[in-house]
Amino acid sequence: MNAPDLSFDRGEAPLKGMRFTVPGMRCAGCIAKIERELPKVDGIVAARVNFSSKRVAIEHDPAVGEDALTEALLRLGFEAQPIEENPLGTEAAERKQLTRALGVAGFGMMNVMLLSVSIWSGAQGFTRELFHWLSALIAMPVIAYSGRPFFSSAWMALKYRRTNMDVPISIGVILATALSLYETITGGEHAYFESAVMLLFFLLAGRALDAEMRTRTRAGIGALLGRMGKSASVIGPDGATRRVPANALEPGMLVLVAAGEALAADGEIEEGRSTIDNSMLTGESAPESVGAGAQVHAGAINQSSPFRMRLTRTADDTAIAEIARLMDEAGQSRSTYVRIADRASRAYAPVVHALAALAFAGWMIAGAGWHQSLVIAIAVLIITCPCAMGLAVPTAQVVASGALLKRGLLVKDGSALERLAEVDVALFDKTGTLTLGEPRPDIGALNTAERQVALGLAQSSRHPLSKGLAKRLLEEGVQPAAIDNLEEVGGEGVSGMWGEVRVALERPQVETDRLAVTLKIGEEHTTLSFDDPLRADVPCTLALLRDENIEASILSGDRNAPVEAVARQLDIPAIAEASPQDKLAALEALREAGRFPLMVGDGLNDGPALAAAHASIAPGTASDASQQAADAVFIGEKLMPVALAVRVAKRTMVIVRQNFAFAIGYNALAVPLALFGYVTPLVAAIAMSLSSLVVVANSLRLAGSAR
Amino acid sequence: MTGLTFLIPIALLMGGAGLLAFFWAMRSGQYEDMDGAAHRILIDEDTDRDGDGEGEAKS
Repeated sequence: MNAPDLSFDRGEAPLKGMRFTVPGMRCAGCIAKIERELPKVDGIVAARVNFSSKRVAIEHDPAVGEDALTEALLRLGFEAQPIEENPLGTEAAERKQLTRALGVAGFGMMNVMLLSVSIWSGAQGFTRELFHWLSALIAMPVIAYSGRPFFSSAWMALKYRRTNMDVPISIGVILATALSLYETITGGEHAYFESAVMLLFFLLAGRALDAEMRTRTRAGIGALLGRMGKSASVIGPDGATRRVPANALEPGMLVLVAAGEALAADGEIEEGRSTIDNSMLTGESAPESVGAGAQVHAGAINQSSPFRMRLTRTADDTAIAEIARLMDEAGQSRSTYVRIADRASRAYAPVVHALAALAFAGWMIAGAGWHQSLVIAIAVLIITCPCAMGLAVPTAQVVASGALLKRGLLVKDGSALERLAEVDVALFDKTGTLTLGEPRPDIGALNTAERQVALGLAQSSRHPLSKGLAKRLLEEGVQPAAIDNLEEVGGEGVSGMWGEVRVALERPQVETDRLAVTLKIGEEHTTLSFDDPLRADVPCTLALLRDENIEASILSGDRNAPVEAVARQLDIPAIAEASPQDKLAALEALREAGRFPLMVGDGLNDGPALAAAHASIAPGTASDASQQAADAVFIGEKLMPVALAVRVAKRTMVIVRQNFAFAIGYNALAVPLALFGYVTPLVAAIAMSLSSLVVVANSLRLAGSAR
Repeated sequence: MTGLTFLIPIALLMGGAGLLAFFWAMRSGQYEDMDGAAHRILIDEDTDRDGDGEGEAKS
């Protein structure tokens, strides 16, 4: 199962490593294709796919250039862009250190817990002392290693005379360890290594998950900027061209854009006609035809013929960089939203320590002696261990996410359910969200021979209409006809020879407002019109949302007429021709009005809106950046999972509140008992475990909630 | 009591082995591509050994 190791040596010249981002990878077939076919190209030794980050690492002969590697990938059917060495390497190292600390803490916790349970069950004399020493031997190095992230952060804070969450945690852990060590050396009755290690383990688990989430958000922004061209051919005053990296481009330069190249900066076309794929900015699937004077943006892909453009905005000023910046900022403003669990646990940790300190002080004053006072204080620490409280939210969210997954909705982040439960207004993008986002041709008028010819022609082209036509025909089980001398003219169509007859798929002569192609066989002409149909269950979904008191409306970047038509059909309000900034502004206006908007969209132009919305959902066909920005992704041709997500989220919050009520009730009962010294550490441990089990069982009731 | 002299070292060794296995898995990059691992299980290793490109899953 393991893919080839990248580091093997063939005894030749030292190999070079190069990494590419390949957004087109979608399935196991793509991984297999890239890893098997690339090494067959001359000079490429090995290729290794990282599917999560949509990247390919290629080990190759230094003689093979960047362009040749991109070309090799393109021939396999994947668009690729070379990327720089990871600038976020330090962050990855920090994440790895957290994971390692978590592993060590887990190991320590299991072993120390095992020894502690036997002590609590009544081990006496020599056995108890031996177990205490063993616990100490395991726990001390574990605490020293796993506690480092907390100790160093607490130390930094104290050095600058500030305090943070890590200060009380560090004090608690160090105090418990020191007391336990003293008890062990003097042969005392109780040691509390298990409490210290367990505390570290649960805290580290939270930190590691948090780091993982942040990395994913960053990856989304990286994916967005990765779509920009990395360099451009600048035409000098003498007419010669040279490659200039994207960040060295300046406004005013004249650039030659080859067919198939991604634009590296915004600009205006000076000479040439072409069609460009602007889908990442506008979300519009049909290619746009552009000529002299047209504004073009970085990230667009030149599909047909070369043109010259004069740059207007470069590097960080481009429209796409602007979108990335908006996404980053919007994401940050959302993460400052204090979630229920955060609020509770933040308030809880100091309370635990204050209570324990209070218990110690109280019993000292009452004259119980410092030893008994400390034992009672530590019993308070154990019984108030916020396990039930900590489990209340995540268990309910995990069960609910599992139920939704079965219905085709992937919730990426637990907190997304909390936010989905609060939404009261829903905004839908049109193309690709309410509609399927793929042009579907009407092929009823074609006979068998015509279908075969059409498929033969359509298969050879990468134009979206051709791809839609080919897909539809293949679904019907049509066999392609053999076409010779295939030729594609950008903006015009494909043509070829079918036996003795000239056949072609061309742009229709008559301009229509709908997407269409003309199929020519000899002198016969047939015009096929394309539609982007609505998803079949849009009305039911809107009805279900209305049941939940959520108003829906359309917020689209598309032209007025088609948006109006859909809005009338569905009987909901609509805003058309909205730019990414307009969408963002619309969402912020809603939030300022005290509403909680849900954004559903797919295009890159929806990216900032998805990030700024209170909650957001993207279809599985959306661009990578949008999927990264969204809280949830739904798969398949149905829109229903969107409405289900809201309903399940609301039920989840009901369960979460029950869990919280139980956890708080448990603590309200157990803490006074512990404070007054009625609880031994063993009873405290059992009570704590039982309270956690009750919370888990309650959460499992959500399993059938998405039906 | 004598049982403990065997059982405790065994328990510690097994736990330690688990921890080492985890460190090894991290170092060898098995946590680098969690989504990819889910897909790689579907790749049929035996087809396409002779490099004719037939019988291979298309993207």
